[in-house]
Amino acid sequence: MSLLLESLFNGAAIGSVLLIAALGLAIVFGLMGVINLAHGELMMLGAYTTYVVQSFFKLPLLEPLFGAYIFVAVVVAFLVSGLVGLLLERSVIRRLYGRPLETLLATWGVSLILQQFVRTVPLAWSTGLWLAAMLGLAGPLVVNRLWGLRQRPWLLRLGSWVVAAGVGVAAAGWIRSAMPKLARASARNVDVTAPRWLRGGLDLGDWTLPVPRLVIIGLTILAVLAVYWFLNRSLWGLRIRAVTQNRAMSDCLGIPTQAVDALTFGIGSGLAGVAGVAVSLLGSVGPNVGGDYIVGCFMVVVLGGVGNLWGAVVASAGIGVLTDVIGAGRLLEIWPQMPTWLQQGVEFFATTSMARVLIFALIVLVLQVRPAGLFPQRGRMAEV
Amino acid sequence: MPTPGPPLLELAGVSVSFDGFLALKNLNLQLASGELRAVIGPNGAGKTTFLDVITGKVRPQAGDVRFRGRSLLGRNEHQIARLGVGRKFQSPRVFEQLSVQENLALAVSETKTPMGLLRRPLTNTQRQRIHHLLEVINLAPRARHRAGSLSHGQKQWLEIGMLVVQAPQLLLVDEPVAGLSDAETERTADLLRSLAGDHTVLVIEHDMEFIRRLQTRVTVLHQGQVLCEGSMDRVQTDPRVVEVYLGAGQEQP
Amino acid sequence: MADTRSRWQPRWRQVLLWGMGLALVLALPSLVSPFRLNLLGRYLSLAIVALGIDLIWGYTGLLSLGQGIFFALGGYGAAMHLQLNCHSCSRAAGGLPEFFGLYGVQQLPWFWEPFHSPWFTLVAIWLVPAVVAGLLGFLVFRNRIKGVYFSILTQAALLVFFNFFNGQQKLINGTNGLKTDLTRLLGLMVGSDTMQRYLFWLTALLALFTWLLCRRLVRGRFGHALLAIRDDEARLRCLGYNPTPFKTMVFALAGGLAGISGALYTVQSGIVSPQFMAAPFSIEMVIWVAVGGRGTLWGAMAGALAINMAKSLVSEAWPQTWLFIQGGLFLLVVTTLQGGVVGWFQEGGPRRLLARLGWRARLSTYPALELETGQEGED
Repeated sequence: MSLLLESLFNGAAIGSVLLIAALGLAIVFGLMGVINLAHGELMMLGAYTTYVVQSFFKLPLLEPLFGAYIFVAVVVAFLVSGLVGLLLERSVIRRLYGRPLETLLATWGVSLILQQFVRTVPLAWSTGLWLAAMLGLAGPLVVNRLWGLRQRPWLLRLGSWVVAAGVGVAAAGWIRSAMPKLARASARNVDVTAPRWLRGGLDLGDWTLPVPRLVIIGLTILAVLAVYWFLNRSLWGLRIRAVTQNRAMSDCLGIPTQAVDALTFGIGSGLAGVAGVAVSLLGSVGPNVGGDYIVGCFMVVVLGGVGNLWGAVVASAGIGVLTDVIGAGRLLEIWPQMPTWLQQGVEFFATTSMARVLIFALIVLVLQVRPAGLFPQRGRMAEV
Repeated sequence: MPTPGPPLLELAGVSVSFDGFLALKNLNLQLASGELRAVIGPNGAGKTTFLDVITGKVRPQAGDVRFRGRSLLGRNEHQIARLGVGRKFQSPRVFEQLSVQENLALAVSETKTPMGLLRRPLTNTQRQRIHHLLEVINLAPRARHRAGSLSHGQKQWLEIGMLVVQAPQLLLVDEPVAGLSDAETERTADLLRSLAGDHTVLVIEHDMEFIRRLQTRVTVLHQGQVLCEGSMDRVQTDPRVVEVYLGAGQEQP
Repeated sequence: MADTRSRWQPRWRQVLLWGMGLALVLALPSLVSPFRLNLLGRYLSLAIVALGIDLIWGYTGLLSLGQGIFFALGGYGAAMHLQLNCHSCSRAAGGLPEFFGLYGVQQLPWFWEPFHSPWFTLVAIWLVPAVVAGLLGFLVFRNRIKGVYFSILTQAALLVFFNFFNGQQKLINGTNGLKTDLTRLLGLMVGSDTMQRYLFWLTALLALFTWLLCRRLVRGRFGHALLAIRDDEARLRCLGYNPTPFKTMVFALAGGLAGISGALYTVQSGIVSPQFMAAPFSIEMVIWVAVGGRGTLWGAMAGALAINMAKSLVSEAWPQTWLFIQGGLFLLVVTTLQGGVVGWFQEGGPRRLLARLGWRARLSTYPALELETGQEGED
């Protein structure tokens, strides 16, 4: 019984990381038909954001609040990756709708650039750059809303970019002096210091649950619920679904389809940022951190199908539990008297990476029965 | 009109639903060998779905489709095509990167396997058929041009040409004259009429003048069912058809 | 079709071109340093995998991000044979290749056994990857999985293979890979300059054969069927064609070519390792084809050669910038240069560029274009 529970918990832990990483990818793929190969790098940005945020909270002024930085990190990471995703959509993806394979290649190019970017540009400057971009874009909007300055919009835009650039440079300079660790670029990995309450385990009778895993499970549940609520209950969610169903009709109904595209992509990217926070709790953060998780995401998307959110949930839970059962060789514990040849087989696959091999084979087998994944899209338009 | 023989194609009680929407409702239809049949119906009557069912793209939830006495259900598109069912699509679908001649060569080819295509070149008779067809569809001067450079009407004709060189027993022709000029429309009607007899032809079209010119039996589809069948004159005077096409039903309670 | 004969009549320009090419390949070893020659040989072998990618992606429209699997399988095949037949190398207990000793392996794993035979190896380096590709392809294409799904499945397969090879120290030396430069082949050390020169010529010869093979395939109805699958698969089905065997065959063929390419690359670079199956490398292969010009065989080969040369030159000068340049190439080629460089020339890119610069090029220098504009005039 405790074996089953342990397996379930481990499965849920692995699955929740998969799910939170795959969530944004699955949404963008399901709603827009675009696979974003830079998704892993957006996660990496989220992880680095966590690192920067925790560096801020190590300053004397914010030190007392160190335990709470993770909540700030989630929000900031969402904004950072979301903004990058938004820019990516506006500049590249937009030109490539209807050509999914080209999108794939373009986003891969973006992922290379992002990786090399964090290797060569110090985090201080990246932070300043991001601040500047955020201010420059948001400035005119805010000013408009507050004072309704509608004459000479170009002047307003120019002004806000000038101010933003100034703020960005100043911020970068200040960060360089205040946090010397962020002043130089490095291809080496950095480690995020978790607050004390996030370390250790939760004792439950005879076994302990590692707290970071519990937090990630909680974060994932929250993210899924939020996405579900957003897509199914909010006005913009309704618009997104409408555009997915029939773009031309939505256009005619006055739905701003371009804004919807940008928003969808931005949210998918933002979720990658949140996943990055989760990932930073599990290990060190480096330029390649995204690549470690992207395959799992693909498996979730392929297995879950693009039909709905539950496909991703079920697929990642299934993959999580299977990874644990195969990767930890649990079959041996459940059935100790199995024949030797089978035992050798089980032992052969009893590592996480070998479990992946077997799971991939299983997924290909599942696709023989359900080619469009577990939860396929149906209807006349579905089959192309 | 050819004498009615045993049915070449028979749809019995075919129903198709897309997520609860019934595109075809218990549809029954028979097509005799050598017949030329026109199918009309307002938008959304299920005309294209009806062709999708025959060619195997859509599997019906109920009913049976029999071609030459054999059920087509559970067969793939290419298997059905090899049995002798050819289809021209609604908007012309030709291979735009290939030349006109190459398009026809793919259609005329009898071996359809990779090794067959590599090993066996086209026979002389097949080449002659291509040349003959090029004359018939008026594209001989453009045989080497990319199909993508053709005009809309020429693409329509090329696709009809592909359908003919494919030499199926049953030709399913979806809106062959959409976007054609009057003269072209007339020629198409003549071409289809000349094909009937040797082949069985089923034409779906909106253009009433064209249907009239075919001088043949007409089936009216409405909401996934056969509304009525008969000659063009009879169908046009049928009150139900008038109602469906003019929407008179809403004004008379 | 009627003028096939005239097409085959020798044209002096072509003969001259081929002659110059042949002379260049023969003379190259004496013209450049062994180091550069070795690099060139490697890039030529990469042109072979690029041709395979062009077949499956450029012609058939299936973007495989997993060609590294087949590339590495070919490389491992060659390396295993060399390691087994290296009589002067230091050995572990039982005459096994040295690395087995590190992990205490006493008995040669079963799948190593047949690689004692050179004939088996010669067949295996292309047959094994082709069979693996064919099997994977069949299982995927059978279910009409294509487009992005196919791409991410191939990438997942790639990383799965990568994990597998990386983790199996006792079977194939895991992450360290297998070295070949100190082994011997036909009495010569594989890493020696003499051997490398022969290997360069062999690679050039095989690249030529591959090009001829691919050209034979893409001309004629087989190639037309591939284009038809790429552009409108459903339409082709209604003509009575089953696309699955076509796709499976082309994917297997591309796999086999990748295997040959990988074997040649391994013997020239001196090592095969799981890094051959790293995800970035496989996507790089795609970008060679994309930049050169997908759907044109010359483009694929030239792209592989040119980009790799550029990579080695740029990396020597400014190591930091290459990834930026590469990322930029990805973006450039998908947003503005979709036909690649060869495609740009074929579509009259130079003329348009000149026209944009205010230079009116004479149409008569581009007969093909004249025909195109003439066509539009007729409508």
